[in-house]
Amino acid sequence: MDNKRRKILKIAAATAAVSFTGLPIETFASYLPKIGKYVRSDKEKKAKQWGMVIDTRKFKTKEDFERVIKACHSIHNVPEDIPNKKQEIKWIWEEEFSHAFPDQENPFLAERYEHKDVIVLCNHCQHPPCVRVCPTKATFKREDGIVMMDFHRCIGCRYCMAACPYGSRSFNFRDPAPFVKHKNPKFPTRMRGVVEKCLFCYERLEEGKLPACVEASNGAIIFGDIFDPNSEISKVLRENYTIVRKPELGTGPCVFYII
Amino acid sequence: MLEKIFYGDKKYWSWVIFLLILIGIGSIAYITQLKKGLMVTGMGRDVSWGFYIAQFTYFVGVAASAVMVVIPLYLHNYKKFEQIVTFAEFMAVASVIICICFILVDLGQPQRLFNMILHPTPNSILFYDMIVLNGYLLLNILISWNNLHADYRRVPHPKWTKVLAYISIPWAVSIHTVTAFLYQGLPGRHYWLSAILAARFLSSAFCSGPAILVLLLLILKKVTKFDPGKEAIHTLAKIITYAMCINVFLFLTEVFTSFYSNIPGHKATFIYLFKGLHGHGNLVGWMWVMVACAIACLIILIPSKFRNNPELLVVGLILLIVATWIDKGLGLVVGGFIPNPFEKVVEYCPTGYELLISMMVYSIGLLILTLLWKIGVGVKRELGIIPK
Repeated sequence: MDNKRRKILKIAAATAAVSFTGLPIETFASYLPKIGKYVRSDKEKKAKQWGMVIDTRKFKTKEDFERVIKACHSIHNVPEDIPNKKQEIKWIWEEEFSHAFPDQENPFLAERYEHKDVIVLCNHCQHPPCVRVCPTKATFKREDGIVMMDFHRCIGCRYCMAACPYGSRSFNFRDPAPFVKHKNPKFPTRMRGVVEKCLFCYERLEEGKLPACVEASNGAIIFGDIFDPNSEISKVLRENYTIVRKPELGTGPCVFYII
Repeated sequence: MLEKIFYGDKKYWSWVIFLLILIGIGSIAYITQLKKGLMVTGMGRDVSWGFYIAQFTYFVGVAASAVMVVIPLYLHNYKKFEQIVTFAEFMAVASVIICICFILVDLGQPQRLFNMILHPTPNSILFYDMIVLNGYLLLNILISWNNLHADYRRVPHPKWTKVLAYISIPWAVSIHTVTAFLYQGLPGRHYWLSAILAARFLSSAFCSGPAILVLLLLILKKVTKFDPGKEAIHTLAKIITYAMCINVFLFLTEVFTSFYSNIPGHKATFIYLFKGLHGHGNLVGWMWVMVACAIACLIILIPSKFRNNPELLVVGLILLIVATWIDKGLGLVVGGFIPNPFEKVVEYCPTGYELLISMMVYSIGLLILTLLWKIGVGVKRELGIIPK
């Protein structure tokens, strides 16, 4: 009996030894718990509250809009051409002035303004209602003011979509993968059943870059810290008459428009 | 006591099997929804909550309504409700389970549900809704089960269930208040952004819930010869009538505020619901049926001569349930999303999947109610309250 057990153990040990030799040491190391710490890059851009000024005067042709939208969608794995229009995913898109600013409605508004297209995206509000209602903190406000999404914590209750007065949030009603035309392996993909939206290119800010739409806009979108009086955006805000979407709701939108 | 669910006649078993078949059919639809995602529903980025959440809202009301039996009995010592209180509490149990199931089937990632407990977020009203709904479920299970068990053993009810019954009164109010707060605290949704929404929810709950209870009790009377008592039914009918009057009154105050102030945002949903907006009017027919049913049910319920007529009462209650269901289970949630934040009209219509899955949830609730009431009837039959 004992003999038998020793034999089996011997065979087992020999098999293990044979199969393990040749495997790199990293293979075993990968089973150990990793205690890592996120190290902020020195290149990272910092702010108290990121904000954006959209100079709608500089968006003249269809191409101006498409370039900006494409710059965003192509790097963020945003699905395009979902067959059911009602269930589309939108991060940044164009909307008619009268729809983007319904409270500015005025029957005598000059036609060139009424049907003027403007770029809309998440406003990264100072007091975001979506963050207030989220039951799992899957959406939260970062120190730099970005309204962030954790795609892996979201339970898909869509309360944030009911709370957002700007229609900035989209829900993955289906698996988005088949509709992602430009796959970017560096940015998280989403699965069905979670909410997503514009994240102000937090991943580019970490690398010291400006958001993709800003870069592609040829100066039509100005990005920066709205609480830093020396920033370019603060200068633009001081010098121009700007409006925000639905200011009466007290959300404190950080995307400003020059009409 | 639990063994009573295993002893029933042919009718009972065919009913249970029928419900199980419905649950089975619905669960096939639900598995499809789980696999494909919520794309099988009619919801979208504009109307992001639909039939499920609307039914959830309606049944929170039905659950809360048990208190309309508990208050007279426990606070006013109205003994006529003594025999029906267990049935009312069992109905509350089944209703809360229906509510929880509707929330579950509405989630995009239901397997992550417990993130709500892993990452508790007290600034979210859903967090409180979770607490009050589950608390109410627990309270009602404890009270009804223990009291019935005391009856079963022929001993007086324990004192602690009475304490819990007192707690359950404000708790019932809280479940519907918190549910209203889910909606009425959202900026930019004009149809919901109203301080009287919670009051409206409560009043519609306190008429529709007891109305469903009375109808179910009358069915029970036919099936088992359990007599809820003429006077108990009349008192409930009176409560229902008062609550419905308040409900209609509160609704009309909303209409006044919107149209006298002439603020476009406040009027828009009402116009969409009752007339159609920008050429869209899916719900117009429904809303006018609601108006007709509400008026007709009040004509039947207000004069005591009509109300105390058993046949007319049933008609009145059915009309009332239809009216309140269209108001809360259809118009309120969907209407709140129309027009959308861009002042555009994107309509919603539930799909077959949504209806099948809702049928599954309703059947689960009915099955639980059937089993619980079977136990209640069994005990009461043993005690001689129901003739054998």
